[in-house]
Amino acid sequence: MRGRVFLGFIAPSLVLMIIFIALPLVSVAWQSFHATQGVFEDVLVESCTPGFLTQTCVKEMQSRPVMQAGVAVTSTRFVGWDNYRQLLQPDAVADAFSPTGHGMSAVLNIDFYNALRFTLSFTLITLPFIVGLGLLLALAVDDIAHGLRGPVIFVTLLPYIITPVIGALAIRWLFVGDGVLTDAIRWITGHDVSMFAQGWTIELMMLFYRIWHIAPFAFVVFYAGLQTVNKDTIEASVIDGATRMERLRYVIIPHLMPLIVFVTMIHLMDSYRVFDEVVGFAAHAYRISLQWLTYSFLTPDQTGNRAVARASASAMLTMLGIVVLLLVPLRRTWRDHRGKS
Amino acid sequence: MSIAIPALRTSAPLRIAAGIFLVGWLVVAAFPLFWIAALSFKVPLDAFSTNPLDVVLGPRTAAAHGGISVQSLLPLVGIIVAWAWQRRNDLTRRQKYIRIVATSFVTVLVLRAVVDAIGGPLTRPLFGITWEHYYEVWVGHAFYRQFINSAIVTAGVVCVSLTAGTLAGYALARTSTAFAFWLLIAALVFRALPHSVLLAGYLPTLINSQAILAPLWHWQATAWFFQLFTPEAPTLYGRILPVILVLVAINQPFTIWMLRSFFSSIPVELDEAAQVDGCTQLQAFRQVIMPVMWPGVITTGLFSFLLAYNDYLVTSLLLDQQSQTMVPAIAQFLNSENSAADQIQAIAAAVSITAPLFLLVMVFQRQIVSGLTAGAVKG
Repeated sequence: MRGRVFLGFIAPSLVLMIIFIALPLVSVAWQSFHATQGVFEDVLVESCTPGFLTQTCVKEMQSRPVMQAGVAVTSTRFVGWDNYRQLLQPDAVADAFSPTGHGMSAVLNIDFYNALRFTLSFTLITLPFIVGLGLLLALAVDDIAHGLRGPVIFVTLLPYIITPVIGALAIRWLFVGDGVLTDAIRWITGHDVSMFAQGWTIELMMLFYRIWHIAPFAFVVFYAGLQTVNKDTIEASVIDGATRMERLRYVIIPHLMPLIVFVTMIHLMDSYRVFDEVVGFAAHAYRISLQWLTYSFLTPDQTGNRAVARASASAMLTMLGIVVLLLVPLRRTWRDHRGKS
Repeated sequence: MSIAIPALRTSAPLRIAAGIFLVGWLVVAAFPLFWIAALSFKVPLDAFSTNPLDVVLGPRTAAAHGGISVQSLLPLVGIIVAWAWQRRNDLTRRQKYIRIVATSFVTVLVLRAVVDAIGGPLTRPLFGITWEHYYEVWVGHAFYRQFINSAIVTAGVVCVSLTAGTLAGYALARTSTAFAFWLLIAALVFRALPHSVLLAGYLPTLINSQAILAPLWHWQATAWFFQLFTPEAPTLYGRILPVILVLVAINQPFTIWMLRSFFSSIPVELDEAAQVDGCTQLQAFRQVIMPVMWPGVITTGLFSFLLAYNDYLVTSLLLDQQSQTMVPAIAQFLNSENSAADQIQAIAAAVSITAPLFLLVMVFQRQIVSGLTAGAVKG
């Protein structure tokens, strides 16, 4: 395809991606080093109260917002790393690790580190479960009668296709105060367990939700991969006396390896973005994620202000994280590409 | 197809274990959804009963509002019986439909006679059902407005994203320059980008759009054009159109990757043949490639649909009360979750949002599966 024609074909997508992805990124980077504040002016105000014989008058300096045509005037100035410092609080971290500090627990009280800790452990803990459950499901479905496969795949797809916030809510409703599973737990253990009163139970539910939600995706990919396993290799391994476990380990898993890498990559990207769970489980009092942190800065507070500068700083840090996460696979792609050409 | 080797057959204990595992998974997968569906049709006394059987059967709901009896299920039974019976025969489609209608009619008549003869328990409602929560949500809270907004956003995203995406996906599948490679890598990085990062850029711009766009409305060379639409520069915050474009752009990296892998599977000889016959590249694309591309386009469209329909992050920040879509609007029911009835209304709203997705999987199961594997198998 000639260069000019090629450009014509990709132009609509390219324009959209430049305007709505590249430019916003530049403006976020710019915002993260600036602070916008209302301009205040000091005015000498004389206020008098009626008194005996003469009025009592007090003159004082008052600061009030400058208004222009009914809108508060704002000014934006360069503040260097201030926004980042507010987020990362290096002094508090240094304090925590000083001899008199409280160590890691004090650091995790700072929103950013709390979010970072949760996002990373969420990503890493769910990964083996999703790959494992997906693989087991694929092997099990591959073994049942053909007529049953369609309905089984249908039911399996439901958790994947459902709106994440709604899926999280559906599971939350099972565990709320009078939910059916709360009753079941009470009946089995004889204790009242309230799942929403402490952080770790909420975190457990969020992990469970994510595995429930994404395992079907891993299942479909692995199941498709199983259909292309070379039958001859399997038969040869049987003749060589390989047991079922050995066949799985030395024939099937190596065949699925590229797909396992693919699912891992997609999962890393997607669960690093964890957000809907925090909303669905109303977990923000105990557990927050990096995306939720930025989101909460962007939502207006009681006075209607949005902390755009701090949101930008936290967005930049979030982006830094995903770049670090992708660096290894991207370097491999680059080497492959150079090797080919 | 393959020769049966005894050693390949699964041993009985393993087979039983696998069966139990699979049944267990199906229960876990479906139970939360089944449960909220069951709750949403019950009066609060049944829905929050400590006896799970009450929640499913709903005796108090049945007493107050009636429900489904064996008798009223008869048409369904008739259709299933007729359909299962007709499947075996190899008839033309038309004959088949006529037979299904005829058989189900006869089956229903026969069963009806049997049920009437037995009478009593079979005509009494088996499951209690009430639509009051749905009525309250859709009519009382005017949820249809959010439904319309969701429909507009979703339809807009699917159309724009597929139009721009097929062009780009086709071009990228037919080019192997370094520029095309880097474009694809950039798209991959963008796909990984958390959406809140971009929102921090959109939000101030959309809120201040009136001031930012004003020069276009005042500068003489462009003023006449923009004033055709509105006399003054618009505030874009809370409007549906920018949200559609934002969602398209966010989704575009994924769309392009998926469509590229579908276009790559169409032999390039097809383009060449069309061009030998005198087509330009655009004509070849429109008249030769697109007709064989429809399965891939439908699959990709499904995923665009899901992204737009399921989004909470973007729509909850960039839209206001009037233009709210369904998923963020559910928060309004959650905040007023004081009484039991409010809580069931929230559940009914959640079920309303899920129902279209349920239908989607039913109709497009095959396409969804092929879409999930498209990126993986072809790389």
